[in-house]
Amino acid sequence: MAVEVLSAHKTYPNGTVALQPVDLSIREGEFVTLLGPSGCGKSTLLKMVAGLLEPSDGRLLLWRKPVDRLEEAGRKLAFVFQAPTLMPWASVATNVRLPLDLAGVPRAQADARVAEALTLVGLEKFAQALPRALSGGMQMRVSIARSLVVQPDLLLMDEPFGALDEITRHKLDAELLSLWAQRKLTVVFVTHSIHEAVFLSTRVVMMAARPGRIVEEFHIDEPYPRKPEFMVSARFAEIARQLQDSLLRASHTSQEEPSA
Amino acid sequence: MSADKTTAAPMTRPPRYDKVLYPLLVAVLLLGAWQGAVTGFKLPPYLVPSPLLMMQTLVTDWQVLGGALLFTVKITLLSFGVAVLLGTLISFVFVQSRTLETALFPYAVLLQVTPIVAVAPLIIIWVKNPTASLVICAALVALFPIISNTTLGLRSVDPDLQSYFEMNRASRLQVLLRLRVPSALPYFFGGLRISSGLALIGAVVAEFVAGTGGNSTGLAYQILYAGYQLNIPRMFAALLLISLTGVALFVLMAWLSRLALGGWHSSELSRD
Repeated sequence: MAVEVLSAHKTYPNGTVALQPVDLSIREGEFVTLLGPSGCGKSTLLKMVAGLLEPSDGRLLLWRKPVDRLEEAGRKLAFVFQAPTLMPWASVATNVRLPLDLAGVPRAQADARVAEALTLVGLEKFAQALPRALSGGMQMRVSIARSLVVQPDLLLMDEPFGALDEITRHKLDAELLSLWAQRKLTVVFVTHSIHEAVFLSTRVVMMAARPGRIVEEFHIDEPYPRKPEFMVSARFAEIARQLQDSLLRASHTSQEEPSA
Repeated sequence: MSADKTTAAPMTRPPRYDKVLYPLLVAVLLLGAWQGAVTGFKLPPYLVPSPLLMMQTLVTDWQVLGGALLFTVKITLLSFGVAVLLGTLISFVFVQSRTLETALFPYAVLLQVTPIVAVAPLIIIWVKNPTASLVICAALVALFPIISNTTLGLRSVDPDLQSYFEMNRASRLQVLLRLRVPSALPYFFGGLRISSGLALIGAVVAEFVAGTGGNSTGLAYQILYAGYQLNIPRMFAALLLISLTGVALFVLMAWLSRLALGGWHSSELSRD
């Protein structure tokens, strides 16, 4: 198993339950999407997997290791934020090189890997540009290049394309799928877009809010590579409708939190 | 990038000479009115000297005024340098530990709100060397904006970017050098602009209080002395030199800021 979440939950000191105890297993090579309305704890769950948040209780294992000892398993993870989260004062190349610089990778070797990562996302011509000279979509590509440069086994993405226009988002979704296939990545992807979830995932984990919890799972056995035509197929519409129904049911059964 | 520049050029508003031309026009108008009023109302030079007389004095008294200018500039730059160095160091300490900041920040504020005129006599008594005592006074005035701005800047880090550094196991030093310092630069330069002006004010005020004669005298002393002698044109000339020094410092800081932030920070990007 690439990711095992064992009854992990998150309750904040003020009593707010961000996430009820959750169990989730993700096999290597899966593309799992966490889908749900805001406040369903999908970002919380993702951040706990990344080690950015401590669970209040329960355990999270990546390749049978706790996240802070992941290198013992010889594995790496990378996290992509909702915003590009680049250093505005540094060139694209320097931004992409950041994780390697922090890890003390020798400069020549790092530069070669940066060039390779930038080629993967199609930005090799913009290595010396500053982030502000790039469009939102291109900045997001830089962010993805920065995550790929460490050659991760697990890619965690927190609504990475949520702020982009739909056309750019479709394009980046398609690029992401080809990277996933090419690099044999395991991806955990957070979104609130049903269409994005259906198009990308091998499995969709539906979550509900107040309190945050997992309500249902859907396997999407459409073969890859998925073409844009898939998005307009009857099958796509059918899966999307099922997810929509599930989402509606989930929001109906959401209990209001007792006021503390 | 080069294509970017050529397309950006026509979009940037008023060409640079406007920034010089308009204020210059105001200056010409004001000076003209002043000269006209002085000659028209036949104001005596010991009340209000005309701009022409002021310029004349500047040239004839250059021997005295030039030396005084040099002295004041020296005090200002020295104290500014001390303030920048000390202020930056203090902010670095503040960001490393909230406890230290909480414990010490009130004293930084205390330093700021205590009028320098009230403290200067003490410092001048305690510190024998006149140059050193003046530098200490002026540096005290100039210190606070550097501390407060730089501390604020070092803390104004994109939280996601900070998480990213933590996730990559960045050391404290790496976070400081690669994240905090660059993020703080815009604030730091804001602090520099305020502080450079304050260093000059501090230098002048301290000298007023010190008021000593001798060979090391600055513009403030010249103003005092010319006042005693009712040499009003020289007072005005010295005043002009102080103002010009302040303007020069401001321009220098603005230029430094543009040099450091021009590429990336929104405060230095041309509007379109």
